[in-house]
Amino acid sequence: MKRAFPILAVLTGVLLSYALYEALVGAPTEQTMGDVQRIFYYHVPSALTAFILFFINLFASLIYLVRRNNKADIVALVAAEVGVVFCTVNLVTGSIWARPVWGIWWTWDLRLTLTLVLWLIYVSYLVLRRFSSSGQTPLLAAVLSVFGALDVPLVYFSIWFFRTQHPQPVIGGGGSIDPRMLHVLLINWLAFSCFAALVCWSRYRLEVLQREVDETLALEALLEPRTSQPRTSRTGSDG
Amino acid sequence: MSTIAGLTRATLAKDLRLEWRSKDAINSMLFFSLLVVVIFSFSFDPTAEESRRIAGGLVWVAFLFAAVVALNQTWAREVRNQVLDAYRVSPAPPNALFLAKVVGNFIFVSVLQALMTPLFIVFYNLRALGPVYQLPIVAALGTWALVVNGTFFAAMSLRTRSREIMLPLLLFPISIPALLAMVEATGAILTGEFSAKFWIVLLAAYDVVFTIASLFLFGFVLQAE
Amino acid sequence: MPPAVVVTDLVKQFGRFAALRGVNAEFAPGRLYAILGDNGAGKTTLLRALAGLAPPTRGSVSVLGTTDLRSICGQLGYMAHPSLLYDEMSGMENLRYFARLHDGSNADQRCSDVIRAVKLDPSLTRPVGQYSQGMRQRMSLARALLNDPKILLLDEPFSNVDVRSARGMVSLLTGLRDAGKTIFVVTHQASLLEGAADEFVCMEAGKIVSRTPDLATATETA
Repeated sequence: MKRAFPILAVLTGVLLSYALYEALVGAPTEQTMGDVQRIFYYHVPSALTAFILFFINLFASLIYLVRRNNKADIVALVAAEVGVVFCTVNLVTGSIWARPVWGIWWTWDLRLTLTLVLWLIYVSYLVLRRFSSSGQTPLLAAVLSVFGALDVPLVYFSIWFFRTQHPQPVIGGGGSIDPRMLHVLLINWLAFSCFAALVCWSRYRLEVLQREVDETLALEALLEPRTSQPRTSRTGSDG
Repeated sequence: MSTIAGLTRATLAKDLRLEWRSKDAINSMLFFSLLVVVIFSFSFDPTAEESRRIAGGLVWVAFLFAAVVALNQTWAREVRNQVLDAYRVSPAPPNALFLAKVVGNFIFVSVLQALMTPLFIVFYNLRALGPVYQLPIVAALGTWALVVNGTFFAAMSLRTRSREIMLPLLLFPISIPALLAMVEATGAILTGEFSAKFWIVLLAAYDVVFTIASLFLFGFVLQAE
Repeated sequence: MPPAVVVTDLVKQFGRFAALRGVNAEFAPGRLYAILGDNGAGKTTLLRALAGLAPPTRGSVSVLGTTDLRSICGQLGYMAHPSLLYDEMSGMENLRYFARLHDGSNADQRCSDVIRAVKLDPSLTRPVGQYSQGMRQRMSLARALLNDPKILLLDEPFSNVDVRSARGMVSLLTGLRDAGKTIFVVTHQASLLEGAADEFVCMEAGKIVSRTPDLATATETA
């Protein structure tokens, strides 16, 4: 298992470089939008990766709710953090793309809006994790994750209907895609997925180590003799 | 099941009685709602035509602010003397407590809306061109959507630092589809330009989904230390 | 007779702070246990662990034969330092409401019985928030007694209570003990329980350091 990490790292490096080359040089230039369209190869894969990571967060949260498995909690945390990053990339590239092509920084089209709401939900998830007292964090976060997941289809339908009522320009275009472009898109998605796996893995190991340190310190606190009063008083208790 | 209904009723009666006795929360909130309406009216001064279009958004954002202030004090009395510990040690089903609080908040926020709505009508010279009977339905479904999640997240934020900011922070993103529905439905009814039916169905679905989810998961939140 | 409470290797940590550091004990039913110790010894945390309010970090707590404390919570009575009462309601109103939580039939009679048992007047209409601290303590004890629990967990019931009322409470507790209840009292005023408590349990730094029926020995070690 230990050797798999550097192998994955090298593979990711190679894939990312290749994918970048293909996106910037190899792929054919788009008819109407020109070279600006090439950001599409970063915009779409980051969205796909983010959605997959949010799914992983949901499953890990459900496992935690049922089994109270700490590893599941770490997976949920990691997936949310990395997912938010990819989500941010998607939103920013969407804006950058929209400006030169459609002359607007933002539009409330279905995909962008859905991504923005997901971003908001998962940022609130991360804030909750940061602000809750450490004993309860995994439970509360898992509950919030379930709420967020239940919300997603409702968000989708509400925005979809809103858009049919108030039509807006669509970023990213619809319709069919040139097979060569599809090929470059898939290469980029593969590269992004490997990169996401790499980052998640590192973050996972980091979190596991961090918790081990905390556990060790807590165990030490158990063993050493306590002669002075505790610094803080929890739950208003004094004994 | 009868225990849950009975206990819910008893808890709701207790909360309403206590609120009636002290009246300090409702009074300050009524005044706050009035201020919100006035400030909005200063900030947005549309023509009659425009106002029908945007009133939905204005009214519901104002209701949202008022609701957050009400929701933040949902558990205040229970927290004061750690009464929640008494609940946790008792065999009472947590759902009864939750339902009672949600219904209490629903009544509370509806009272605030009942005050704010005539003021909005006056300040914006509003007149509904569509089916007016749908407005109370939208109001009821929309308010329930806000208070069911709001009461749940208020309980969650009891276990966090910065309690008061945590509630809207958790509530707003999850409420986006409901807010969109409320705003669009109200706009549809006021302008009469399109049907609010889809939005009403969406609100109803939202209410069902999150009421069930909250009832299911509230026990976890209450028992969390 | 099987023990009422069995605590095995109980560890309770809040982050890095260890409130309980490995408590092992068995408590027989029908006894009155006084739990003594300095601030920070872990007395309140132990009580909360017995009530099911502080799930163990490690180890286990078994009450009335089960570790699923939620299933027997109807047989527990818990009283803490905060009053666990609504300040805005009168004593009887509070009790009537909390009797509902235990699905009490014949609630009104039970409520007035319990209020009289703690030497308070059932007809008092003043809200609890306006009671003196001592009255509030007694009211809180009344609430803990509502469901006629087999196990009473009382945290500092005598603090801020005048001596005469405190003695009244002690005789109430011994009466309950004689009726077969198991009572745990956390207190700083051990002398009040002299002659009443069956055992003095001394805690220090998250552990039980001694258990003795003799108060003099207990205060020596503490």
